[in-house]
Amino acid sequence: MKDRSTRMITRRDTFRLASAAGAALIGGGALAEPRSPQAADWPAILAKAEGQTVYWNAWAGDERTNSFIAWVGQEVKKAHGVTINHVRLRDTAEAVTRVLAEKQAGRATGGSVDLIWINGPNFLTMKEQTLLFGPYVEALPNWAFVDTTSKRSNIVDFTVPVEGMATPWRMAQVVYLYDSARTLASSLPRSIAAMVPWARANPGRLTHPTIRNFLGSTFLKQALAELVSDALVLQTAPDNAGFAAASAPLWAWYDALRPHLWRQGLEFPETGPAQRQLLVDGEIDFYISFSPAEAATAIANRQLPDSARVFVLERGTIGNTSFVAIPYNAAHPEGAMVVSNFLLQPETQARAQDPRHMGNFTVLDLDKVPPASRALFARPEGVPALPTNAELGTVLAEPHPAWTTRITAEWERRYVR
Amino acid sequence: MLALLPPATLFVFLAPVLVGLAGTLLPAFGYLPAIGAHDLSLAPWRDLFAWPGFGSALRLTLSVGVLSSLLSLAGAVALVAMLSGTRAFGRVQSALAPLLATPHAAIALGLAFLLAPSGWIVRLISPEWTGWTRPPGDLVTIRDPYGLSLVAGLLTKEIPYLVLALAAALGQVPAQRLIACARSMGYSRGSAWLKLVLPQLWPQIRLPFYAVVAYSLSVVDQALVLGPGNPPPLAVLALRWFSDYDLARYLPASAAGTLQLGLVVAGLVICRLAEWGVGKAGRLWLERGRRSGAADWLLPVAAVPTGVVLAAGLLALLALAIWSFAASWPFPAALPLRWSLSAWAGAGERLQGSLGTTVLIAAAATAVALVLCVGCLEQEARRQRKPRNGLLWLLYLPLLVPQIAFLFGLQVALVRLRLDATLPAVIWAHLVFVLPYVFLSLADPWRALDPRLARSAASLGASPARIFFRVKLPILLRPLLVAAAVGVAVSVAQYLATVFAGAGRIATITTEALTLASGADRATIGVLGFTQTILPLLCYGLALTLPRIVFRHRRGLA
Repeated sequence: MKDRSTRMITRRDTFRLASAAGAALIGGGALAEPRSPQAADWPAILAKAEGQTVYWNAWAGDERTNSFIAWVGQEVKKAHGVTINHVRLRDTAEAVTRVLAEKQAGRATGGSVDLIWINGPNFLTMKEQTLLFGPYVEALPNWAFVDTTSKRSNIVDFTVPVEGMATPWRMAQVVYLYDSARTLASSLPRSIAAMVPWARANPGRLTHPTIRNFLGSTFLKQALAELVSDALVLQTAPDNAGFAAASAPLWAWYDALRPHLWRQGLEFPETGPAQRQLLVDGEIDFYISFSPAEAATAIANRQLPDSARVFVLERGTIGNTSFVAIPYNAAHPEGAMVVSNFLLQPETQARAQDPRHMGNFTVLDLDKVPPASRALFARPEGVPALPTNAELGTVLAEPHPAWTTRITAEWERRYVR
Repeated sequence: MLALLPPATLFVFLAPVLVGLAGTLLPAFGYLPAIGAHDLSLAPWRDLFAWPGFGSALRLTLSVGVLSSLLSLAGAVALVAMLSGTRAFGRVQSALAPLLATPHAAIALGLAFLLAPSGWIVRLISPEWTGWTRPPGDLVTIRDPYGLSLVAGLLTKEIPYLVLALAAALGQVPAQRLIACARSMGYSRGSAWLKLVLPQLWPQIRLPFYAVVAYSLSVVDQALVLGPGNPPPLAVLALRWFSDYDLARYLPASAAGTLQLGLVVAGLVICRLAEWGVGKAGRLWLERGRRSGAADWLLPVAAVPTGVVLAAGLLALLALAIWSFAASWPFPAALPLRWSLSAWAGAGERLQGSLGTTVLIAAAATAVALVLCVGCLEQEARRQRKPRNGLLWLLYLPLLVPQIAFLFGLQVALVRLRLDATLPAVIWAHLVFVLPYVFLSLADPWRALDPRLARSAASLGASPARIFFRVKLPILLRPLLVAAAVGVAVSVAQYLATVFAGAGRIATITTEALTLASGADRATIGVLGFTQTILPLLCYGLALTLPRIVFRHRRGLA
């Protein structure tokens, strides 16, 4: 639900490099024509979209999301005659590289990627390399419902202004999951500092995903957000000295914590969901997640016991928005816009928020949504594991993507032996 | 027409390997125009060597490779030496069939569950014997820093493979007569086997053993599940870097892939030298003429842990199967508390599509491989050529070259030809790996076919084509079907080849399983792992039963 650079490395990854290298050999470079659709263009876009197949490149490690995408496919087929082909990624970077390769090969139209689920460093890369189509969100009729004031991450992604080049579709916020039947809520650490004595008292019962996974670096970013003396420094890319100074408390904290982590902090689960299995097996007591509804959805899917709950930290946790973006050379940008618009439909957002389906908090401003649709967003009865917005507390902004890169590199330098 | 087949076959499966190797070697020395790297340099190598975990990654790669190659050879030899000539041998071989048929990745997933601190073994003895109501926090089993659990994972796959190779070779050596003769001269059974039988088997299992060495040194799929990750072995490290969104990482990644190739080549050269040394020493050992010795207790002692490892492999498959039906299975329950079919129902939909693709690709690759291999063998038979050893080495090339060292370069070529993301490209990529196995399992029975049968038919006036279709094919139906089953099993297990040639757009059950392995629950992983096992097993089953049905009136053929 973040940048999805899960970093679980597989053989698939060769294709990205290969396509980058191979495509570049095919042709020379060419730049895209800027195209900015307006609201008035919508009927024409709808007409053109009919019959198109949208290749939606999306990380496929989460079954609930996969099912949701399949459902979106059925609906847009019925409503607009657009077919969705879910290109299942292990890593969002695969799709980014592919577009980059096509740009280098001069394939300025007819690209193989129509829509990407994206944010964070991958979004920054695409924006910096001008690989994005748009700005286009103003053309989407449902854009009017999007919360652009109190949910700032809908228009500023990891400190990078989105500028209408991507459609927000789901919110994410750091929470920690535990099993209330096994662990008393009052015994859990509610601050980053409190995690060290907790881990000392409960050796081996806490872990985080490997640093190459986005949740692994988020675990450290969350700590940094609380430990840094001036949170403002996180809003821009740091230089060497700035990074060393600002991150010093983080490494001191981590050095104290690491020996008491699962497997003495020498091994880490590959992904976020891999932690869930460790919790179920009783190897660990709580774990980091980016989905506030994870406990509720996992209970509904019988992946966690009914007693699973989430908690957050007193001083707030990092939150962000997931987007879909259209590459500049997409073969079917009209179809991709129709899908983007469908994702913002109140009914779609309500389904996405329903913990029985995906359990992602909506990007819409409920005051802007037609009154008739508002009731769809009420917390369903009998889902005690779903936190309220009040329980989720303060949402902290994501640091600039450069912090992620630097934290990852520094962690490897310090702890890979 | 037939004469063109051998060169065509060589081209079909060697061209991708060679083109791919070139495409990986150049970036390793700084040449990758796609990312603006034009200057030949050693910078990628400096980056590789400067990476903090490089030394550990290299050490890990070497220790896992050496340990698992030697242990799988020792285990397979001990097992075959103890069992050959007994009735149990046949039964053990059939028991090993599931391990042979199952892709490496699926066994690794099963083993991970079996061996983890919260795994099945600990559950079976907890809390009664251990007192653990929760998994021990300080017990390190899988993903241990020395890669021992990865070695165990490799053994479960490589020992059955070598046992199969030894069993096939035994068919061409009068082992029982040799042993009987030696025993009459006072040699113990174990000594006789090691001194007389093994040296004659060795030339035939040399290449299979080399393939084991190459695979153990460059293993990726099992290392992702069972190996340590911080740092991982070299091949995994290379893949990690290939997946980085920072394109500059591709250069050190290619260097790592090239180093991987160097390690395998060095490993094989050392094997060759060691053979020579062992041969010399063995001759001295033979000449001393001791009638019994260490072999008598070493073989049984080695056979026991081998049996344990293989049993663990089978248990791992069983664990996968049980998990696929588990609704709730908390620690320390020995079996699921609630059972359900929901994982199967949930996976059913996605399996439909990918299962069809899997079967289509496997069938096409196997069919092409069969036609090419049969054509080559028939050409060889008609020309009455002697099988050449050099050709065998070529056949083994795709199995000896680490995949990481050439699949990236091959993808470049496929993109250039605009063939990537198409079914034919995936089928071709599978063919590279399917063809050697099909040829190896078909060659011996084909060459062993009594030439008098063809001569009798010819003297009755049958044309070569008629002899081929009416005499040879029916007689060889069984080995043909077995070769086809082997081909399907190899194809089903291909992950990397599917993914790079399919550009992620073509999904088989194996790509689905590994995509999900990073995120899904155990029940779903169980379903996919189990399906990966069942599909090749079904083919083996068909290959063994079909001749019995077709030839129910001809006992000699059935």
